[in-house]
Amino acid sequence: MAKSIQAKINDIFIKVPEGTTILEAAKSVQIKIPTLCKHPDLPPSASCGICVVKAKGSNKMLRACCTPLDEGMEITTHDPEIVAIRRSVLELILSNHPNDCLICGRNNNCELQKIVADFGISEEYFPKIKRDLPMDDSTKAVVLEPEKCILCGRCIYVCQDMQDVWALSFLQRGIKTRFSPAGDITLAESPCIKCGQCSAHCPTGAIVEYFDVPKVWKALENPDKYCVVQIAPAVRASIGEAFGVAGKNFTGKLYALLRRLGFKAVFDTSFAADVTIMEEASEFEQRFVKGTKPLPLITTCCPSWVDFMEKFHTDMIEHFSSCKSPHEILGVLSKTYYASKNNIDPSKIVMVSVMPCTAKKYEITRTDEMSASGYQDVDIVMTTRELALMIKQAGIDFMNLPDEESDTILGEYAGAGVIFGSTGGVMEAALRTANYFITGEELKKVDLDVVRGLKRVKEGEIEVGGKKVRVAVAHGMANVEYVLNKVREAKKAGKELPYHFIEVMACPGGCVGGGGQPYMVTDEVRTLRAAALYEDDKTKAVRCSHQNPYIKRLYKEFLEKPLSEKSEKLLHTTYKGRPIYKR
Amino acid sequence: MREEKLSVDIENIVKKWEGKKGSLIMILHDIQNLYGYVPRATSLQLSNYLEVPLARIYEVITFYHFFKLEPPGKHLIQVCMGTACYLKGASDLLHELRDILGVREGTTTKDGLFRLEVVRCLGCCGLAPVVKVDSKVYSKVTKDRVADILSEYEQEAAVK
Repeated sequence: MAKSIQAKINDIFIKVPEGTTILEAAKSVQIKIPTLCKHPDLPPSASCGICVVKAKGSNKMLRACCTPLDEGMEITTHDPEIVAIRRSVLELILSNHPNDCLICGRNNNCELQKIVADFGISEEYFPKIKRDLPMDDSTKAVVLEPEKCILCGRCIYVCQDMQDVWALSFLQRGIKTRFSPAGDITLAESPCIKCGQCSAHCPTGAIVEYFDVPKVWKALENPDKYCVVQIAPAVRASIGEAFGVAGKNFTGKLYALLRRLGFKAVFDTSFAADVTIMEEASEFEQRFVKGTKPLPLITTCCPSWVDFMEKFHTDMIEHFSSCKSPHEILGVLSKTYYASKNNIDPSKIVMVSVMPCTAKKYEITRTDEMSASGYQDVDIVMTTRELALMIKQAGIDFMNLPDEESDTILGEYAGAGVIFGSTGGVMEAALRTANYFITGEELKKVDLDVVRGLKRVKEGEIEVGGKKVRVAVAHGMANVEYVLNKVREAKKAGKELPYHFIEVMACPGGCVGGGGQPYMVTDEVRTLRAAALYEDDKTKAVRCSHQNPYIKRLYKEFLEKPLSEKSEKLLHTTYKGRPIYKR
Repeated sequence: MREEKLSVDIENIVKKWEGKKGSLIMILHDIQNLYGYVPRATSLQLSNYLEVPLARIYEVITFYHFFKLEPPGKHLIQVCMGTACYLKGASDLLHELRDILGVREGTTTKDGLFRLEVVRCLGCCGLAPVVKVDSKVYSKVTKDRVADILSEYEQEAAVK
């Protein structure tokens, strides 16, 4: 057990485990030390200086976010001098921060704006220094506005340490310091994988998603267009946070909402996740039983992971499932299967998707295969955050909407489809069906706890037809290397493979922690969101993709069978190496 | 991944420091001594070979004033902006140089002939304002002399 420390904060006696920071210790006795650069999900960078406190007997100010409480310390967190210093820190930050709050993507949702309001700053104390730094929307997924940066360093940590991408870094120093891709290149020319974790962690409007809401409104008001929509699994578990409710599943209300916004048909990406499983589990069966292609099989639902692999791990291409992501599959089915059954001209269909993800904005034009229907299969991608804005613009009382059902033939999903939104979910869903494909029998227990939870790399064995299937699940791009290196070493040494099946999602927690999800994510929030999805799965009558009657119908009426010629043409894709830097 | 082959010059430099941790700055030093600046193509090669992300290399190059990202130019023009020179009108000289050369300080002309830089005090305040071209010091420079000074070097380049 850790040693405990006794100290005083604002004359309140306190006993905490050794290593507790002053910030955390203060919180435990209901004292809120203001913070700005510190994000509860990330280690402290100690760059802003808002959280300074005094310690008795020391003439130095201490930063509460990164200073551990020491034995016998007597800390003062608030007095007129400390408040004045914090105020000066804010005034200095404002001296080179634009005053464009009213027309900023983070208006009313900005950590800097909030703390400045708390301090009641009503005039500019220091003369404004304008930094002449250009905006960069080259990726059409993540937008950089470096003039709005307060140099907290969160995006740098996220990009370099959490995601191991190294697209962003601090260049120059002192007053000239700025965040940027290496050298004078655009983000699209950098290694960026569009995961958007930087945007989800940025305290201000310096990094935001590419804003597609106006495009959606425009499509909806066009009488010649037939607008349809799909929602991803993870969106239903997080949209409530925009209205103050966390960890609750809002599927029914989302369907009602999207219909009210004017969409002619409301589909669910979870249905297409069931299709993905049919294809991917068949691929696994072929590789595992017949040895048609090498094992391990690696999942490819995550476009950031695909981009990361195409840049950094091209030796793994042969292991990649060729199956498209559910998002793309729903797109192509809406413009083929759905269109023909309902006599709709597919050229008039506008497929909008609501995703927890910024990389999905990139995925829709990743290769020509994303237009397998003959048209671009998904036309516009919105993040969960963008949908929350649309709800507000439309004047809909979301929380009090009645629950409705999705539109049929591309809406009804099995429990397996909805857990796709969590790390381990794709693996679990795939194994439920792969077991059936391999053995012809159903699993007695479909809950596969070994692949659930937030452990960085989850490894386990699942018995399928008397054989052990060894699996690994990694989330957070920095955790992938460990898994892939184990495969590489075994291959090189000609030893038995460490895994048969690997699932990778770029964002920590999987899609529930996606880069397009509501702000201020922590492991606590990720767990709540995932729990809402697992609960949805648990309460479904049909929990395995291959048992979903609408999936059976889809194959009977349209696709014939998994990996059929038609499936291969519409539902599968290819991969190629891409340069890490375009120049 | 050591896929790309290094050019011979760079390979020699890297070999010199191979196996010594924290040698990135020393390698960059040697590269700048070789080329007069750190070319992007070289940084990309280094990143690949040393398995150091390009972003980290650029963090270092842009942090230290010493490292240059552009070719240095044939002649280096240094305008002294120390207190004495400044008071004697050095900023007029700088503006004149900017106008004639069409570049800002810290950059090189398109033809590669001149690089313009600002320095703080060259240690000869009695001669203010001072402009230095390569190793030659021009003292008590006035705005109308700037074009003449430049033409010395332009003519020399034209002859060759």
